[in-house]
Amino acid sequence: MSHDYHDPEAVKSANLARLGHMAGQIADYFKSYPEEQAVPAIAAHINEFWSRRMRQDFLAAFDAGSGELHPLARAALARIRPAAGQ
Amino acid sequence: MSLIKEIDFGTPIRIADKTVTLTIDGESVTVPAGTSVMAAAMSVGTKIPKLCATDSLEPFGSCRLCLVEIEGRRGTPASCTTPAEDGMVVRTQSEQLHGLRKGVMELYISDHPLDCLTCSANGDCELQDMAGAVGLREVRYGYEGENHVFAKGKDGLANENWLGLDTSNPYFTYDPSKCIVCNRCVRACEEVQGTFALTITGRGFDSRVAAGPTDFLGSECVSCGACVQACPTATLMEKSVIQMGQPEHSKITTCAYCGVGCSFKAEMQGDKIVRMVPYKDGKANEGHSCVKGRFAYGYATHKDRITKPMIRAKITDPWREVSWEEAIGHAASEFRRVEAQYGRESLGAITSSRCTNEEVFLVQKLVRAAFRNNNVDTCARVCHSPTGYGLKTTLGTSAGTQDFKSVEKADVILVIGANPTDGHPVFASRMKKRLRAGAKLIVADPRRIDIVKSPHIKAEHHLQLKPGTNVALVNALAHVVVTEGLIDEAYVRERCDLADFEIWARFIAQEVNSPEASAEFTGVPADEVRAAARLYATGGNGAIFYGLGVTEHSQGSTTVMAMANLAMATGNIGREGVGINPLRGQNNVQGACDMGSFPHELTGYRHVSDEGTRQIFETLWGVSLDMEPGLRIPNMLDEAVGGTFKGLYIQGEDIAQSDPNTQHVTAGLAAMECVVIQDIFLNETAKYAHVFLPGSSFLEKDGTFTNAERRINRVRKVMEPLSGKAEWQVTIDLARALGYEMPYSHPAEIMDEIALLTPSFAGVSYATLDKLGSVQWPCNDKAPFGTPLMHVDHFVRGKGRFMLTEFVPTEERTGARFPLILTTGRILSQYNVGAQTRRTANSTWHDEDVLEIHPFDAENRGIKSGDLVALASRSGDISLKAEVSERMQPGVVYTTFHHAETGANVITTDYSDWATNCPEYKVTAVEVRRTNYYSQWQEKNREEDVSLRRIAGKSAGNLADAAE
Repeated sequence: MSHDYHDPEAVKSANLARLGHMAGQIADYFKSYPEEQAVPAIAAHINEFWSRRMRQDFLAAFDAGSGELHPLARAALARIRPAAGQ
Repeated sequence: MSLIKEIDFGTPIRIADKTVTLTIDGESVTVPAGTSVMAAAMSVGTKIPKLCATDSLEPFGSCRLCLVEIEGRRGTPASCTTPAEDGMVVRTQSEQLHGLRKGVMELYISDHPLDCLTCSANGDCELQDMAGAVGLREVRYGYEGENHVFAKGKDGLANENWLGLDTSNPYFTYDPSKCIVCNRCVRACEEVQGTFALTITGRGFDSRVAAGPTDFLGSECVSCGACVQACPTATLMEKSVIQMGQPEHSKITTCAYCGVGCSFKAEMQGDKIVRMVPYKDGKANEGHSCVKGRFAYGYATHKDRITKPMIRAKITDPWREVSWEEAIGHAASEFRRVEAQYGRESLGAITSSRCTNEEVFLVQKLVRAAFRNNNVDTCARVCHSPTGYGLKTTLGTSAGTQDFKSVEKADVILVIGANPTDGHPVFASRMKKRLRAGAKLIVADPRRIDIVKSPHIKAEHHLQLKPGTNVALVNALAHVVVTEGLIDEAYVRERCDLADFEIWARFIAQEVNSPEASAEFTGVPADEVRAAARLYATGGNGAIFYGLGVTEHSQGSTTVMAMANLAMATGNIGREGVGINPLRGQNNVQGACDMGSFPHELTGYRHVSDEGTRQIFETLWGVSLDMEPGLRIPNMLDEAVGGTFKGLYIQGEDIAQSDPNTQHVTAGLAAMECVVIQDIFLNETAKYAHVFLPGSSFLEKDGTFTNAERRINRVRKVMEPLSGKAEWQVTIDLARALGYEMPYSHPAEIMDEIALLTPSFAGVSYATLDKLGSVQWPCNDKAPFGTPLMHVDHFVRGKGRFMLTEFVPTEERTGARFPLILTTGRILSQYNVGAQTRRTANSTWHDEDVLEIHPFDAENRGIKSGDLVALASRSGDISLKAEVSERMQPGVVYTTFHHAETGANVITTDYSDWATNCPEYKVTAVEVRRTNYYSQWQEKNREEDVSLRRIAGKSAGNLADAAE
């Protein structure tokens, strides 16, 4: 949980890990619903509350199938609105 | 301007459907049944002399001054204890009554000092007034006899009846020599405050008011001041009045402490406050107050106030005092430089939950219209953001459902994760009054907080759960309701979405949600949970009140929805006496949320992606608005550490002390290139700032605050801003320097714009507020007088929506290294980060944060009360003194975060609520051990209190936030 605040790479990977963790928490809430409801709900939550840069960083870090991510959050990736106009 | 004096009817005005008509001094009077003859007389302006009666208290009938004659009745009954009856014929004045009253007053005065000219109550003494009213001209008994007045007798020997002055309380004195034993103080302590700290000792001539067997400070007294206000003489008197004399004018304003939002009369001499007196017609408090609102206003003129703008290039440079023009110009050019270098999204702002609605509105407007992004957030992020999410999702609106008065109709009160007697004391007094009248209480809290058991209050059930298991507990309560057939089926069928209900009912009925299964997590015995659920579901009107113990968890939003499910399933929303009510932390945290302080919402909780809403704002503001949600506070800090967020405008907020994981917060702040602080003190966050814009206290400006019951109350200026400008003026200047004009000449015009843009505020204006006193939003054409109760015929969202609320344990786990759970909170005398209360005599009650620990855990570690202990978590460590306390359960420790030098938030982690990122303050795995040292962070912080706070040309050290 603690960063080495002077190492930019460590900070960056900690921030991406945090986004993955946040998405995982959201997925953990919606997992009680059937998958066909949960997946759009997870994406909608992220679209509603995350800034465009957060979404962009998140998609870039996890889209390629890389990184450890909650399966439902991964299923929601396709529905997350990419940053508009970028 | 004059001194506002409410009418005192002598006894409470009763509410009744039936009225009675009687004749008083030949005049016909109609009043509600149950009204006393005294109050009936006052309702037509006839003042019957009185001493022991006042309308905040039940009649007592002891002074015998209010005697009247009633045709057909023998003797001269006391008008305060005699109910008015149909056809009664009352005379309030006659030869006989005149003689009796004069005789009573003569006796009183024979044992009362005659130092009226030099007495502190001179000009505001009911005893003096009554002596005048009854025409007392002589005291035939003389003053030499047995008395309570003189320290020594004529013979030079000590007078055994005499008691000296008690000055132990920092705010008021008790002078027994002036006491007439009318019992008003004792009754105020019981009936109004509910503390029962005062009593009458002795009998007959020996009767004395006493704070138990000790002085006031050493007693149970909570210094609410109700006794002082009730006292008709100078016996209990504010020290400020003793020092300054009587006020000459007053204005009605609103307290700037907690979310109860009490109305006060600021009683003034010129621009100096003599005292704050709770206003009887204030709907939130109805004439009551606590030690903070009534007494702790001295911070507003404290010597630590920074009144000149300051700038510096680096945070290690000393501050340089500059003109307003230079400071504003510098802030604007730095913001523009950062923007040019790092992009439009590298800037943002935090609005203050302590500033007015109008000021908050302007800051978010500045962000959206001048920064041209949506990076604005507010301290509600770290307290009640899950309330907004949870209640909006289930019920359709981001606020509590009731007014405070509604608690008078509650039959079962469920308090979850709130400590009302400390955090929301004036509402707690109302709640306790209802409990003494017979309502039942269920408390769910890891600690045995005061309301669990206090004089004449005892919770039926104290569900002492382990921190972090709220969802499991509330699910278990709902499980009982569903499986034992306690659902209000007609209500659910009529008002809720049935498909969602059925899915929920099946989910909650699962064995895993039963009290027996969840006891493994909660630690609460299953039969206790079952009994509590039955009581809530079947005990009549069930009302839920909750606080940060619900929201500040990784499942905060889930708990809010679980409580809404429970309330809907039992039909407990939509009428008086029920509901689900957040006890909001700060004075204007509701308002800050309403005003569009969240990065995804414009005013009135409308999402920024909504074309229609955005268009209304764009038309009026003349700019196009970003449709993308902005950054929340934790996201801002993450991005700052990551190097993409560089400029922050912070209005009256101290995130370096109040937000979790201090070292992460300060790393984020230190990584920014332009931090602008608008505050009244050089707070912890200001150590990391480049521009300081002096703020104004609530006494220095006009505006409105919105309290936890959605009540919009007026704040009125009683003195000029010490810095020359109120915050709203400074924000306008900053916007102008950024190239965006905000042409307002008075906060009233800002409110007019809010009303224009926000459907739920459409009917709000200063004229409306002046006329009605206050209104609860929604206030518009449909509800011109506001809306005390929400969801009356149907839910705001249409059908109430049951949400699934599976318990997901927090990832913050105890283990071998960190075996205990730390939970944090607040206490009565201090407020939030303490910036205000620490600069008042309130520190008499609490001058440092201590760690409460159960005797079992303490003994294991060889810890005694008063020992210095090291408290360590995965985030950091600090040292503070321990206090062994059985209020705790084994395995759980507790501290407050009121004192900056303690650094309680060095310990807390950055785990947060899944839906809103509200930090998990209430659960941190820790270890505690004895130590002889302060932690490295504390030592460094102590150095930085000086090194990062220097002001060029001023001696260092005296500005530390820790200073008193």
